[in-house]
Amino acid sequence: MRLSRRDALAALTGAGIVSGGAAATLARDQSPDANPDRVPELDADTVLDEETLATLVAAAEVVFPSDVSGITAFVYPYVTGKAGERPAFRDGVDAATTTLETYADLWRDASFTALGPAGRDGLLREMGVHTADPVPDGTHPERVRFYVVNELLYALYASPTGGDLVGIENPQGHPGGTVSYTQGPGGRR
Amino acid sequence: MSATDRTPSAEADVCVVGAGPAGALVARELAREGHEVVVLEAGPRFEDADREARMERTIRPAYAPDSVWKMGGPRDAYRSTGDRHYPLNAARVKGVGGSTLHWQGMVMRLHESDFRRASESGYGVDWPLSYEDLRPYYARAERALGVAGASDNPFAPPREEPHPLPAFEPSYSDALFAEACERVGVTTHSVPNARNSEPYDGRSPCVGYGTCKPVCPSGAKYDASHTVRQAEALGVEVIDRAPVQRLETGSDPGRVEAAVYATPDGTEHRQTAREFVLAAGGVEIPRLLLLSASPDHPDGLANRSGAVGRYFHDHLFAGMGGTLDRRTRQNHVGFLTSESHAFYDEPGRSTTGTAGGVPASDAALSAFKLEFLNYAGPSPVEMALSADDWGDSLLASLRGAYGTHVGMGGLVEQPPRAANRIALDRSTTDDHGNPVPDVQWSLDGRTRRTLERVNEVQAVVLEELGVDVDWRVGPENTGPAFHHMGTTRMGTDPDESVVRPDLRTHDVGNLRVASSAVFPTGGATNPTLTIAALALKCADHVAAALEPSASATG
Repeated sequence: MRLSRRDALAALTGAGIVSGGAAATLARDQSPDANPDRVPELDADTVLDEETLATLVAAAEVVFPSDVSGITAFVYPYVTGKAGERPAFRDGVDAATTTLETYADLWRDASFTALGPAGRDGLLREMGVHTADPVPDGTHPERVRFYVVNELLYALYASPTGGDLVGIENPQGHPGGTVSYTQGPGGRR
Repeated sequence: MSATDRTPSAEADVCVVGAGPAGALVARELAREGHEVVVLEAGPRFEDADREARMERTIRPAYAPDSVWKMGGPRDAYRSTGDRHYPLNAARVKGVGGSTLHWQGMVMRLHESDFRRASESGYGVDWPLSYEDLRPYYARAERALGVAGASDNPFAPPREEPHPLPAFEPSYSDALFAEACERVGVTTHSVPNARNSEPYDGRSPCVGYGTCKPVCPSGAKYDASHTVRQAEALGVEVIDRAPVQRLETGSDPGRVEAAVYATPDGTEHRQTAREFVLAAGGVEIPRLLLLSASPDHPDGLANRSGAVGRYFHDHLFAGMGGTLDRRTRQNHVGFLTSESHAFYDEPGRSTTGTAGGVPASDAALSAFKLEFLNYAGPSPVEMALSADDWGDSLLASLRGAYGTHVGMGGLVEQPPRAANRIALDRSTTDDHGNPVPDVQWSLDGRTRRTLERVNEVQAVVLEELGVDVDWRVGPENTGPAFHHMGTTRMGTDPDESVVRPDLRTHDVGNLRVASSAVFPTGGATNPTLTIAALALKCADHVAAALEPSASATG
């Protein structure tokens, strides 16, 4: 399944973020033939730096299912759109990705993004992120769970594309209307 | 008056305590009549712009449910000392909009039999009102809340007009249930919902966020902040974060002179008015009356009967569910579209269908209704955020867990008993030094039997549907539906009740109660439509009391 910038817009809409600068830029840039793997060019005044976004994409490549593609095109606009609207989220995700890179540097002598999927997965588990409670002001693993892993999972599974992976096209958190609930499997009435 | 000016209104005709649905409707209606109204609300205003962020809090496991609407802490301290724990802060919201901010939005009228419970069923008491007395107010309440419904419930009381909005279409799983119910002789029908099925009253239609309880981000679900805005446009002053500490009578002990309220800076103010209306819910209203004890009212204000705080009752939940061998399409929306009142007036009746039926019961039972859930089983996004895994393994878990669940719920009437009550716990104080409410709540034998009866009916339906049952909520593990009723009961005998049929307290001439607190009995329907109907009736009585001739005679 290929994620797109359109999916990111849907995820932002579900979060009530439809008017911010990044979301507006995203909404304007909806050409269907755009390369979904292209790394978007960031505005000079973007709210998150390139390194933070790259770390989030690298984490998404681990926590998203393996047959999901187009991750960069999804993560960049979603995260920058949300960070632009919610300063507390921006600060939290910035700090959490820095924490993740610090652990990678200390424990692996490498950047998190350079570890490769298996190495990133191993580092996250070694930190205890998989069993940590998501706590925005908690310990390092708890903050990484909240701002990195759960943020990415929320963006994916509360969106119609992520819901489709599981079998629900209008998952909780997405304003998908009042038709799908009346329909049976395969859209039957 | 600015949003931060919390000084008293100098010209108030009416002081309303509480900005939930009852207080909002009373204020709006009186403002329409040209009266000066001030509303004192203990909680804050919540910005509409924050609704999506609150929704995210409901889905993401980092946050406690009570935190969504900022319940908890010293302001909301309480005790629960009865046989059954009562999770009070999960059951209410303090703020502009009140508990409609987190309600589910099911709105049906009480049955005619509910008003004659003692006469017809031999338990509880009769209301001093009939269904016919409330019938016009029910219609007005449905318009005020914007009820989407259909006249397809053969057990419902007579209506004079259609609902304001068309009913929501039944869900896919409703159809599965309807077929099974028909085969065992149980009639199903639509649920009236206080949520827009199409644009109404300046609010959008439902867009299916699926988080109705406790947050509707779109505003399609009615909440009383909508009516508060209408009231304010008519000149009503709403003072938030202003918990009323006590009501004071003056030289005439039969009339309230002022409501004393506190503001965030710790200052106390006195709001005077000609008429006072308590609309702060079934817990805080009796608490305030008890806190208003004085030499003239040593047992609490309006408590000559000793009934203030007593006869607290709720609806009990009974349920059962499990999985089917096919997809059931759950968790697309967060509200119900079908239910059954088939046993409401005859809880022990038998049914017969083409594939058997429900056996009769000769036990002494209360009223109950059946509900068919649209959100049975796990929500994939919530499950993902709490899992100990990610990637392909997580996706496999989600696919394995989601998709085949169904569930039935049910509400059971609880007969009011004096021993169940809201009292003051003087060993614990809130952030202003006032004794906190002590919820003393227990179950009686009739309620237990009725919960078992609901499970019996649900088992028949689920077996016919072919459900592999994996959960059951009955007498042992039931909980309240968060409908606080009965603590300032209505009646004609001042020795047995707190308010008269016109909702004025027997003891205090300018004090009325608009709340489910006045319900003598609660039937088995969700109470808010009846609360709204009584609030509209209350407004009429207050308006009449404000007439010069009425004023002159006291």
